[in-house]
Amino acid sequence: MLPAALEEIVEDFRLSPKQMRLEMLLDYSRGLPPLPDRYADAPEALERVEECQTPFFVGVEIHDDRVHLFFDAPPEAPTTRGYAGILAAGLDGASVSEILETSPDFALSMGLGELVSPLRLRGMSAILARIKRQVVTQTRATADG
Amino acid sequence: MPAPLDNDQKLARYAHPERLVTTAWLAEHASDPGIVIAESDEDVLLYETGHIPGAVKIDWHADLNDQLTRDYVDAEGFARLMSSKGIARDTTVVLYGDNFNWWAAYALWVCSLFGHADVRLLDGGRQRWIAEGRPMATEVPTPTPTEYPVVPRDDTTIRAFKDDVLAHIGTGPLVDVRSPGEYSGELTHMADYPQEGALRAGHIPTAHSVPWRRAANDDGTFRPLDELQAIYLEELGIRPGDDVVAYCRIGERSSHTWFVLTHLLGLPNVRNYDGSWVEWGNAVRVPIERPGYPTPTSGAAA
Repeated sequence: MLPAALEEIVEDFRLSPKQMRLEMLLDYSRGLPPLPDRYADAPEALERVEECQTPFFVGVEIHDDRVHLFFDAPPEAPTTRGYAGILAAGLDGASVSEILETSPDFALSMGLGELVSPLRLRGMSAILARIKRQVVTQTRATADG
Repeated sequence: MPAPLDNDQKLARYAHPERLVTTAWLAEHASDPGIVIAESDEDVLLYETGHIPGAVKIDWHADLNDQLTRDYVDAEGFARLMSSKGIARDTTVVLYGDNFNWWAAYALWVCSLFGHADVRLLDGGRQRWIAEGRPMATEVPTPTPTEYPVVPRDDTTIRAFKDDVLAHIGTGPLVDVRSPGEYSGELTHMADYPQEGALRAGHIPTAHSVPWRRAANDDGTFRPLDELQAIYLEELGIRPGDDVVAYCRIGERSSHTWFVLTHLLGLPNVRNYDGSWVEWGNAVRVPIERPGYPTPTSGAAA
């Protein structure tokens, strides 16, 4: 199961020719929203994703069962930024259960494997895994509290 | 006709100065006929965000590797690739890229498997070109295809396979260019996150750890000849006639070291084991060394 917005992005990629997919990934890279000031001033509030080959940070906030995502990746890593842009556009604002039910396989069905080596594609599922873990930790903390 | 050589003083001291150019040389010769500039990056999108004006893109994964078998493209595939990039057999190819020229060195090594004569690296790569404020462009050139000959790939001279490495253990220097953590076996798996795609951690028995990064300055250029000699010849004890094998995880960082040993130090018998740890760390019954474990006996691979 994928949230509707992510499903749509996956379909767009899947149906596009190879060269177009590269440009779409570049568009998502350029469109990644900048970090809000509260994160820019407190980088320790973000979690580093070690599986990415370049410095990459993700922050998760949950308000009223809606999950909000914040990413930071350097401009010299446009592919990683592209992943983040896709996740930001496809998952931000989804519910806690939608996030937890998101299958990590979606990256494979987007046809990115032809563009990016399969080894590098892992970065995308690693980011999703981190997001899910933060969602679980935060919802558990709220339930316990 | 080959392009003129860069007479830069630092380069002139290396064994094969004709294999490197400086950013200043490239800026002057970028539009010369007979030269093709090619960018090879870790990040597949980086070229699209901006590249040296006139440069074509060679993607290590999509262009140089066969898409089915874990191997490089075959002779026809390589000829097609070169032709599509406007490279003729006598073209001077200047390669550069991100990440300290890892993939540029890898592309240079693959070109060398096919015997392309004049292929050079831009010392300092993309990082230095940008740091010097030199021009970048997003316009993608449309090269005129060439008649590139179909030349068989020579896998016997500068490429090592797993069995070659097994036979090499104990007979000559083996250089592990990965990070210290990968060499010692601390890295490969993290809980729930298979990181490097290998089932076993450690290094190939007898391998010395010399991380690739030691050959580079912070600005991405290669260190001067005397400093490289101090590392590889004095510290490691490699002698000029030695048969040397370098490896990393998938062969890209070891291409960097292969370039240093072959073209900067001038060692004649250096091979890159491109199967590297992703193959070795997954192969059944090959010997592995790891601190805290008994050293494997020579019969372990039998």
